[in-house]
Amino acid sequence: MAQIKEDDGFLTAEQKSNLGLIASYGVVIVMIIIALYPTIWILSASINPNNSLSSSSLIPAGATLDNFKELIFSNDYPFFVWYWNSIKLGVLSSIIAVMLTAMSGYIYAKLDFWGREYGLMLFLVIQMFPPMMAIVAIYVLLSMFGLLDTHTGLLIIYTGGAVPFASWMLKGYFDSIPTSLIHAAKIDGASQFRIFWQIMLPLAKPMLAVVAMFNFIRPFSDFILASLLLQSQEQLTLAVGLYRMVASQFSQDWTMFAAGAVISAIPVMVLFLSMQQYFISGLSAGATKE
Amino acid sequence: MKPESSTNISTNSNQRWMSSLFSALFMGLGQLKNKQYLKGILFIIYQSIIWFINIDITSLVLGNIKLPGISLSFEPFYLLNYLQQKIYGVYTLGTIPGEDHSLFFLIEGLVAIIFTFILIGIHIFNIVDAYKNGKLVDQGEETPDFSKSWDNFLEAGFPYIGMSPGMVVLLVATVFPVIFTICLAFVNYDANHLPPGQILSWIGLRNFKDLVMFTQWKGAFVSVFTWTVIWAIASTILSYGLGLFVAVVLNHEHIKFRNVFRTILLVPWAIPAFVSILIWRYLLNYNFGHINKMLMLIGFDKIQWLSDPLYAKLAILMVNLWLSFPFAMAVCSGILQSISETLYEAAIVDGATILQKFFHITLPLVVRQVTPLLIMQFAFQFNNFGIIFLLNDGGPPVFKFSSTGAGGTDILISWVYKLVIRKGLYSYGAAISIIIFFMIAGFSVYQFRQSDAFKEEELR
Repeated sequence: MAQIKEDDGFLTAEQKSNLGLIASYGVVIVMIIIALYPTIWILSASINPNNSLSSSSLIPAGATLDNFKELIFSNDYPFFVWYWNSIKLGVLSSIIAVMLTAMSGYIYAKLDFWGREYGLMLFLVIQMFPPMMAIVAIYVLLSMFGLLDTHTGLLIIYTGGAVPFASWMLKGYFDSIPTSLIHAAKIDGASQFRIFWQIMLPLAKPMLAVVAMFNFIRPFSDFILASLLLQSQEQLTLAVGLYRMVASQFSQDWTMFAAGAVISAIPVMVLFLSMQQYFISGLSAGATKE
Repeated sequence: MKPESSTNISTNSNQRWMSSLFSALFMGLGQLKNKQYLKGILFIIYQSIIWFINIDITSLVLGNIKLPGISLSFEPFYLLNYLQQKIYGVYTLGTIPGEDHSLFFLIEGLVAIIFTFILIGIHIFNIVDAYKNGKLVDQGEETPDFSKSWDNFLEAGFPYIGMSPGMVVLLVATVFPVIFTICLAFVNYDANHLPPGQILSWIGLRNFKDLVMFTQWKGAFVSVFTWTVIWAIASTILSYGLGLFVAVVLNHEHIKFRNVFRTILLVPWAIPAFVSILIWRYLLNYNFGHINKMLMLIGFDKIQWLSDPLYAKLAILMVNLWLSFPFAMAVCSGILQSISETLYEAAIVDGATILQKFFHITLPLVVRQVTPLLIMQFAFQFNNFGIIFLLNDGGPPVFKFSSTGAGGTDILISWVYKLVIRKGLYSYGAAISIIIFFMIAGFSVYQFRQSDAFKEEELR
């Protein structure tokens, strides 16, 4: 066996490799501590018995679940209404987004027609614009139709923003489905719509699920649009409600916020981590060069 | 007797041009001339309604029940006059203060313009259809009957019909607001000119001029713009730098539980950003934040993380790094795993050190694949309103820019928010939005050129 050994001083290759491994573990552990630090802090804050958060130990003295109880039975914060609002908006926007974009994704991936490139260019450009930029326009338009402070108004903006990105992701997925299937179906005389509905759509189920998930999560993570368009306490989503707990100058309920943040962030976190590879490949689709 | 169609050939007929002309004069006439009677009649009915009928949405009252209904009355050119009047409204933006709402005039006028384009489009479609079928007649062929042409229409129009629902929502909810914003940048919409109390007027480029002429505004604009660019570049490079570093470390051949570690490191990415940013805001608090407490424990002074301009910038970059490195790490890990092992083996045979392997093999390969993502990341950070607003509200306030509202960590988009929501300077906000618009559009077009999505795939 020809083993490569480097004789450049004090350490053999094996020792060097061991040192490298120890250093690697060191880096990883430091990074993990940094990555989890705020998470652990919020968990500890949520079981902190008093509102001052003065404790600096990991498990505060007299740890209690009172904050969760107080939040759930609170008269000031309709926590479950906010939760329900977020779920409702999430379900509706994921269903609508999938219905609106499944066919566009297929069409842009597999059909050749005039305007195809302009459409793709439009998607790409629009995708880079935050809705914040047109916030005055959105505000005026929604107020003109009496849709301010309603979930319908927010839903329209959410789905409008979801179209380019979702179409783009679905297009990427349909691109990977062999075109020969379409040829075969055409020879059998299937119409365009049937080819899409009966052959291509069932094949795209995994990506449809990812698109649905992405849009389901949106109301849980979007703070900005919801905070500008929703006003009344019963209409708020979780994000806005939680923000208002700590943003007001007069009352800063940090422990309650911590409890609320734990309840609302854990499902989203689990969802993201369990679907990480789909989300990451979806997010980088259309950008990475093959 | 010869059949009609063959006479047409022999006389070198120009049915296609005649039909087009007929259809241009009045929709459907060309189709009639091409002997497509049902289609022609449908077009004629359509155009008659558009030109001669006043359609009004009313409500029919039956006892206690109100039903929505439509009333039709004969009124030549009603719709065309209506559209013309609405489009003229874009020019005047209203005349009677207190009654005419300039913004609504603008919106209705823009809708009228779009609607006019659609009507013209339908008319052109009609002419093209007459031309095509006329050509068939010229070539001595039969024109397709109604059910055949309907099938053809569905088949050729499938792409457009299929994507229209998504496109309509996109246009209404995203594209239209952008167009409206562009218009706002050229009117004097601010706290002193609030419709419907006042009538707005078009003022050309004055908003843009103001931003670069008034000393305080100019200073604020230059300062915010510079920080925006630094912010976007620094946070992009930092996140991918750290992401790549961690990915390389995790890729160490003997490391165990690699996937577990990677998943744990993805936690900052998986938590909703607004939650973690608010937590960081608390952790960085001068008086009771945990970070200052720990600094004091190990014998340092407290740091003004959120109220000193320099530390505030540093803090926001660090928090953003915490938020954004996991995704970069995940992407880089994927790329690292695709690099062939033989490259490294060859390098070892040549006696390359670890650093040489990194800089001559890993880095170039990763950079090449990751460049498009870097550009997207840059565009995203350029407009990353959420972290700026939630962590520090764009603060700390900067005294010399006090009348502009721009704070020490404000980027363009968060400054737009302050101008619009807090100062009521809607048109200034729109003008800055347009500047952002051009910057981002530049990146996107560059990105579009780079992307292979359009060139290399097979269609059909």
